Amino acid sequence: MDKPKTIVEKIWDQHIVHQEEDKPDLLYIDLHLVHEVTSPQAFEGLRLKSRGVRCPDRTYATMDHNVPTIHRHIIKDQVSKTQMDTLKQNCDEFNIPLADIDHPDQGIVHVIGPELGLTQPGKTIVCGDSHTSTHGAFGALAFGIGTSEVEHVLATQTLWQATPKTLNVKVNGQLGQGVTAKDLILAIIGKYGVRFGTGFVIEYTGDAIQSLSMEARMTICNMSIEAGARAGLISPDETTIEYIRGKRHAPKGNDFEKAAADWKALATDDGATYDATVEINADEVEPQVTWGTNPGMCIPVSASIPSPDQADSANAKDEIERALEYMGLEANQPISSVKIEHVFIGSCTNSRLSDLQKAAEIIKGKKVNPSVTAIVVPGSHSVKLSAEKEGLDIIFKQAGFEWRDAGCSMCLAMNDDVVPAGERCASTSNRNFEGRQGTGARTHLVSPEMAAAAAIEGHFVDVRKLTAPTPS
Amino acid sequence: MEPIRKHTGLVYPLNRSNIDTDQIIPKQFLKRISRQGFGQFLFFNWRFDSDGAPKKDFSLNDPKYKDASILVAGENFGCGSSREHAPWALQDFGFKVIIASSFADIFYNNCTKNGIVPIQLTEQQTQELIDHSESESYTINVDLENKLVYGPNDFSAKFEIPDYQREMLLNGWDEIAVTLTHEKKIDQFEIQRQTLY
Repeated sequence: MDKPKTIVEKIWDQHIVHQEEDKPDLLYIDLHLVHEVTSPQAFEGLRLKSRGVRCPDRTYATMDHNVPTIHRHIIKDQVSKTQMDTLKQNCDEFNIPLADIDHPDQGIVHVIGPELGLTQPGKTIVCGDSHTSTHGAFGALAFGIGTSEVEHVLATQTLWQATPKTLNVKVNGQLGQGVTAKDLILAIIGKYGVRFGTGFVIEYTGDAIQSLSMEARMTICNMSIEAGARAGLISPDETTIEYIRGKRHAPKGNDFEKAAADWKALATDDGATYDATVEINADEVEPQVTWGTNPGMCIPVSASIPSPDQADSANAKDEIERALEYMGLEANQPISSVKIEHVFIGSCTNSRLSDLQKAAEIIKGKKVNPSVTAIVVPGSHSVKLSAEKEGLDIIFKQAGFEWRDAGCSMCLAMNDDVVPAGERCASTSNRNFEGRQGTGARTHLVSPEMAAAAAIEGHFVDVRKLTAPTPS
Repeated sequence: MEPIRKHTGLVYPLNRSNIDTDQIIPKQFLKRISRQGFGQFLFFNWRFDSDGAPKKDFSLNDPKYKDASILVAGENFGCGSSREHAPWALQDFGFKVIIASSFADIFYNNCTKNGIVPIQLTEQQTQELIDHSESESYTINVDLENKLVYGPNDFSAKFEIPDYQREMLLNGWDEIAVTLTHEKKIDQFEIQRQTLY
């Protein structure tokens, strides 16, 4: 019998175009997603060398980072407008399909790939965006690349890649009521830090992962890069296959059944070995809130903010002190006492229909705290329409949320959706770096449910207390 | 890209860990469509206050580091976003070598595509470089061919870099041109791949 293999090894072996000793492998790329921010210099590079795009049909572009989420066609910032216009011109020139700002398929690149069925198990998927790891939820090998590599893929449909090490993140047990995939991935990064995945591709395994929906799996894989891993994936199973069935770009009829059998065979074999393994018990995970300036600085909602005195080195102490100062927080202060001024529900981490449904359940019949400005930004135009069909927009608007059009929005504030300096935002996005949501803005990463609860209360609160069944 | 074999330059120490690409170049400066001119935005929020005046307490504003071309930092340098604007900004500002006790994967890769040498040294070695360059004007030598960093005060360290990336940097090759020498193999692969579904 063949040696048992991990899914990463299987996908890798299927994509090697050229191999030489002591060199990286030349790997074929099945799908290249493109957006307006990291592509203009790549297209310019092609033009300078009179090169073409090798496979426009394996390339798909959208506009997401810069787009306004309100007054869609009033782009005040001319530099933003130029960047979007440039993408349109480049897609026209090189024949690349584009979901532009008016297109019904427009949305955040990592939301629309899965939605359209472009994202499929076993594919190699790249994009000039670090959250490309999201597509790993389908058992695809998906990772972020820089603009030089974008140009390389446009020209050759390949990349030189050294074989990655594999890291098994094994999640035992099951998540409790009111505890989400977002809490789980934050807890993993909180426990093991923001660099434990560097140099690895993560595979998430274990009972808790298998029980997750596809959208929850996307939330987990999305944040692999926050642990340092370029890619994170989950072996395909029935949940994966049923999610893809019927999607526009998925294989049809007999082809689908054939594909589904191949996809299931990609799952990591029993007895396959990883270069490293870490474990976490899902039963013990509580709703999480980040307090600092990287996603590893995160604590359960019941806990207090750490003190620099707890640091195990001078550098770590310095890091905590700087984070506390930037965030305007005191050591040992309970995180639930921290008041917020903004709530952002959106981003490639948490802007899919199920995210909005769960937040709406918390919001229903309640009001946003008068001290809070709250916005919901659906991940795609299609998510927006589906949500409106269910009346979620009405629930959010009646509670006092603003209901916006699709885009990356306040996750990185490249458009007008900016958190003012010194103000605090409960955000369902993926990065709480200094200045991420605006210069001087203070970000706390949470799940959609926790963001909704914070919007109502005006401070962080354990969402399980709001949803606890009333004793009969 | 320009080949780089040896470099001698002044060290600028930035004694922090987890310096993310949002700090190296904040998002409001990612809207340009050219590769040039990003140096003025390097570490923008750390270098300038809200009125655009240089912050006195940020060391890169200290005139003694004006001609620095080697940046030394702590662990996980370049974490976060894949924006190649980060190495473009560092390079445009004048940095040719980045030394850190560890790097984020995408950033490391992006450096090597732009003729910037990323060098991983141990925590102790980077601390030594930081200590020397904080207390005096400290110039060191980088020899990429022999994978060696050396300088005054008996500093000498070997480093590792994958051979492929070292070759690219030493020769300043156009990677796409190298890949296109394998075009026939890509054609064959595609023919075989198209039979799927």
